[in-house]
This record gives sequence, C-alpha cells and structure tokens, in this order.
Amino acid sequence: MSSTSSASLLLAPVSGRRRTTDRLMRGILLAGTVIALIPLVLVVYYLFSRGLKGMTASGFFTTDPTGNFLGNPGGVKSAILGTLEIVALAAVIAIPVGIGVALYLVEFGKKTIFAQFVRYFIDVMTGVPSIVFGLFIYITLVTTKIGGSFTGWKGSLALALLMLPVVTRSAEVVLILVPESLREAALALGVPRWKVTMKIVLPTALPGLITGSLLAVARGMGETAPLLFTSATVFGTTYNLGDRMNSLPAQIFADISQPKDDIVNRAWASALTLVLLILAITLIARLAARRSRVS
Amino acid sequence: MDAGAARLDTADRSSFERSASARRADPLFRGGLTVLAGLVLVLLAFFFVFLIVKARPALAHQGVFSFVFSNDWNPSKDVFGAWPLLAGTLITSAIAMVIGVPVAVATALFITELCPVRLRQPLTILVELLAAVPSVVYGLWGVFVLIPKLRGTESSFADSLHVLPFVGGNVAGPNYFIAGLLLAIMILPIVSAISREVISTVPAEHKEAALALGATRWEMIRIAVLPYSRSGITGAALLGLGRAVGETIAVVLVIGNSTVVGKQIFDQGYSLAAVIANEFGEAANDPLHAGALIAAGLLLFVLTLIINGVARALVVRAERRQGTRLPPPTVTAAAMADPEVTAA
Repeated sequence: MSSTSSASLLLAPVSGRRRTTDRLMRGILLAGTVIALIPLVLVVYYLFSRGLKGMTASGFFTTDPTGNFLGNPGGVKSAILGTLEIVALAAVIAIPVGIGVALYLVEFGKKTIFAQFVRYFIDVMTGVPSIVFGLFIYITLVTTKIGGSFTGWKGSLALALLMLPVVTRSAEVVLILVPESLREAALALGVPRWKVTMKIVLPTALPGLITGSLLAVARGMGETAPLLFTSATVFGTTYNLGDRMNSLPAQIFADISQPKDDIVNRAWASALTLVLLILAITLIARLAARRSRVS
Repeated sequence: MDAGAARLDTADRSSFERSASARRADPLFRGGLTVLAGLVLVLLAFFFVFLIVKARPALAHQGVFSFVFSNDWNPSKDVFGAWPLLAGTLITSAIAMVIGVPVAVATALFITELCPVRLRQPLTILVELLAAVPSVVYGLWGVFVLIPKLRGTESSFADSLHVLPFVGGNVAGPNYFIAGLLLAIMILPIVSAISREVISTVPAEHKEAALALGATRWEMIRIAVLPYSRSGITGAALLGLGRAVGETIAVVLVIGNSTVVGKQIFDQGYSLAAVIANEFGEAANDPLHAGALIAAGLLLFVLTLIINGVARALVVRAERRQGTRLPPPTVTAAAMADPEVTAA
C-alpha cells in the first residue's frame, strides 16, 4: 500500500491510457466481487422472506409431515431429528477414522510411497460426486437388504464416506503444523511414540481438528443425493437408525415437486432451518479455530 | 510373553528399558493406523470393482461405446444411450465455468490485491458463505425464483442475440442455462478460495518490484501476480469443474429432465447425476435399467477421476519444482504456485 503512494510521489505520472486501463480493470474486479455477492444476498433474502412465515407457523417444529396433500401438511419434526441422528452417526464414524488416517500420514507414513498413494486416493475421494457414494451404498447395502432395505444408518455410512476425506485433509494440515520440537522433546524424555501422538500431538492440534471435523459435519448435513437412496423419506419420527429415516434435505427435495402452496412454504421454512443449522455449526467451527494454538 | 521375558532377562538391559508389552504398543499403534489408511484404499478399490460388476449387464447389453455415445435414452424400451445425459453434464459444466471462473478469479484478485485490508476478512467470509448453502436449497431457489424471474430476460436475450451459436429459439422454463448458472454460483466459493490462497503466495518482492518500476496496480497484477499463480488458478478452476460435473440435486430440479439433447442453451436437458437421482426409484425392479444407472454413475466417477487427476498432477509438478513439501489438503491445489514462470 505505502509502496504505491511513495512510488507515485517519486515517478512521473503514468500516461492517460495506462491510467484508464488501470481504472477500468480495477472497476471490473470490483464488479466481479459485487456480482459474486449478489446470489448470496438474494438467497438469504428469499430464504427469510419466504421461510420465516412457515417456520413460525404452529406445529412446524413439533409435528411430523402428515402426507396429506389437501389438508394440513404438518411440520418437519421427523426430518430435523432424522438429520441430526444421521449426521451424528456419520460424524462418529468419519471423524475418528479420518483423523486416524491423517495421523498415519503425518506421524508414520510421511513421504513413503504407500503414504503418497493413500494421500492421492484421499484426494480422489474428495472429488467423487456425493451421488456416487449414495449409489455405492445403495448397491452394496440397500439392494442386498442387509439389515433392512432403506435405513438411517446406511444414510450415515454414505455421509461418512463423503466426510472422511474432508476430515483427513483438514486434520493433516493441522497435524503438520504441530512443531517438530514438541515431538522431539517428548521422544527425548523416553516417551513412546504412541503416547507422544496421543498426549502431545493430538491435544496441541485439537482446536484445528475440531474446526476441520465440524466443517465436514456442516458439509454432510446439507447433502441430499446420498440420502435419497439410503435412508429415503418417511413421515413419522423415529429414533431407531435401523428404520427408514426422514431428513431435512430429502424432505425439502420431496416438497419442491408438490404443487401446493402450503407444502412449498414448508420447503422454504425447512430450507431456512437447514441453513441456520449449518451456519451454527460453521460458526462454532470458526470459534474453535480462534483458540488454535498452532498456525 | 514368556519367551520375550526370558530373552530380555539374559540381555544386558538398563532399568530405563521398556517392558516387552510396552515395547509392543508402538508397533501396534503404528500398525493399526497403517491398516486404517490401507482400508481407505481397499474401500475405494472395492467401490470401483463393485460399480463395474453391477454396471456390466447393462454395458454388455448396450455396448460400452454405444452406451457413452449413442443418442437415445429410453429405459422403457431397454435402450440406454447416455449421450443426452453426458452432453447435458458437459454443457451445464461449461456454462458454469464460463460464468463462474472469471467472477471467482476477479473476486480473489480484488480481495487479495485491491480491497482495503479492513474489508478483506468480511469479504472472504461472505464469499465462503455461498458454500454453506446446501445444494437442495439452491435448487429450491432456482425452481421458485430463478426460473420464473429470469424467463423474460432469457427470451429477450435469445431474441436479440440469436446470431450467437446455441442461442435463440424458444426458452424453456427449466433449461441448461439455469442449471449452469446455479452451478456457477455453487463452484464460485471453492474456485475463489483456492485462487485466493494461490495469489497470496505470490512473493511481496515481485509485486513491490513491479510497483517500484512504475507499474499501475492492474499492471502489477498482470505482470507479477497472474503469471506466478496461473497454474494454481487453473487447478482451482479444474476442481470447480469436478464439483460442477458431479452436482446432482440442484441440477435435477432445474434442468427439465428431458432425454432429448437441446439445440441451444435455453432448451431442456438432462445430466448424468440427475438421471440417477430421478430414475433409481423406477429402476429398482429392473436390473437392466438399474445397471444402466450404475453405469452412468461409473461414467461420472471416471469423468471426475480424470478431472481431479489432472488437477492433482498440476499440484505434484508444482511440488517437485518448488522442492518443498506443500501442505496437502484443500490447500494443496492452492499452493500450486509456479515458480519457474517467475524465475524466467
């Protein structure tokens, strides 16, 4: 910043054409940024203007969808609880495994060919479309009717596959940032490797690990495609992950194609609920990042 | 246990040495984590093999080449030519790239190079909030806001600019363009975030040198920032492309789900991911149809594999040139600076 002002003091002013180009290009870059923010403003505006009404309607949070097309469509209690249950189980699976793989890569694998191989395939996994994970669980577990056809836990598995690479990649960055001197100090005192990892490396990296894991959870929460084939939709609330289970994204998806105002309003209200849930988790993740001791 | 203890007794061990069981803990820990990492590989391999096995009946029925390139998707007659779907995926992704990438790069340049320092953080967070909106919500917004509100603009655009290729004719409600526009919005945060990280790796010396030579801000961006970060931005765009190709729910809601390849961007179409989401229910009792959908998934998988493979290759090349180990995750693509260009 200061270099520009001092440069303009010392040097002859730039020619008109160059200055015009400069202004023009700066204008274009600014315009690009404004354009990027327009959809955000619009989406948020419509979410609130169309969703608040349905959200404050009586029974939105306390009743299940009735499935009646003509009468009262009901609320989305089963969808909200289903989303929380499915995502919680997915997190329980994906976070330990994801962090475990990251620990292997950082503490043991390092630059070995095997580790590079794993790293590459974790990258590949990040690029796999979510619907393909859903399809995979569908053909391996749903069509084969292992433990029932459509069940909540199969949805969790699909989401866990999706979250795993996100957890591993973010955990790896954080673990790399743990100073080598800390490990060396502990090892020099005779602490075994596993204890160094569990008692020194993990606690030091904890805030960062929490941030990465929560961001993965936030990402999994909004996914629809893998749930359509795995946990499907259902009206009633269930606490049994072995049953068909409703979820907010699947409920919204089903509601969009219903040509009735009440149901579409419920879709907007559910969308607002889902976005607020995801924002809350993202916010907690950011707060955890602030407490980070490394980086 | 006994054998180990006996051996230890004869050894000349100091009192600091660990017991046999304590010594076993380390290799166990290491082994456990290695197995876990290996499991990821096994899972992916299993994944790939299983998809192929399940897709095989349909591929054998239709022929692999004909599956990919023949222009006739008609499950009721057991004809599975996925070209209309593949074409839709490619068209919508191309529209998304054309709209999304320039905007994302402009945003990244503005945030890192032009905007006041105080605005940097808030702007970054705002752009990243776009990524927090789930795809089904974008779909909802597309169906009830974008489609009705943009129809007039699309028609006048189609009428006045019908000289352009793939523009003109009737505007369908749901169409390729709407899907592409939604995808553009959805890839914007990731392309912008990675570009921003790449751009912020440009050494301050390069930028200061340009400014000291009397370059204007834009000239500084053109001669110092862009050449250094070109390959990184390419990688960012490719990762965005990978996202766009695989996106399902937003697309299935706004693309119209017609198995005829549209002649222009305001026609209805279909995409690989959309057909899977839409037809798997009716395919449940028809193994051939289900196989065709799985083959569509396989095609999608291979497509994203190639795109991400190229992006990854860019990273590896940059790593080797840089000679230092770049942080791998989301940052990997970000850190693909191109020092050779700047050295030249």
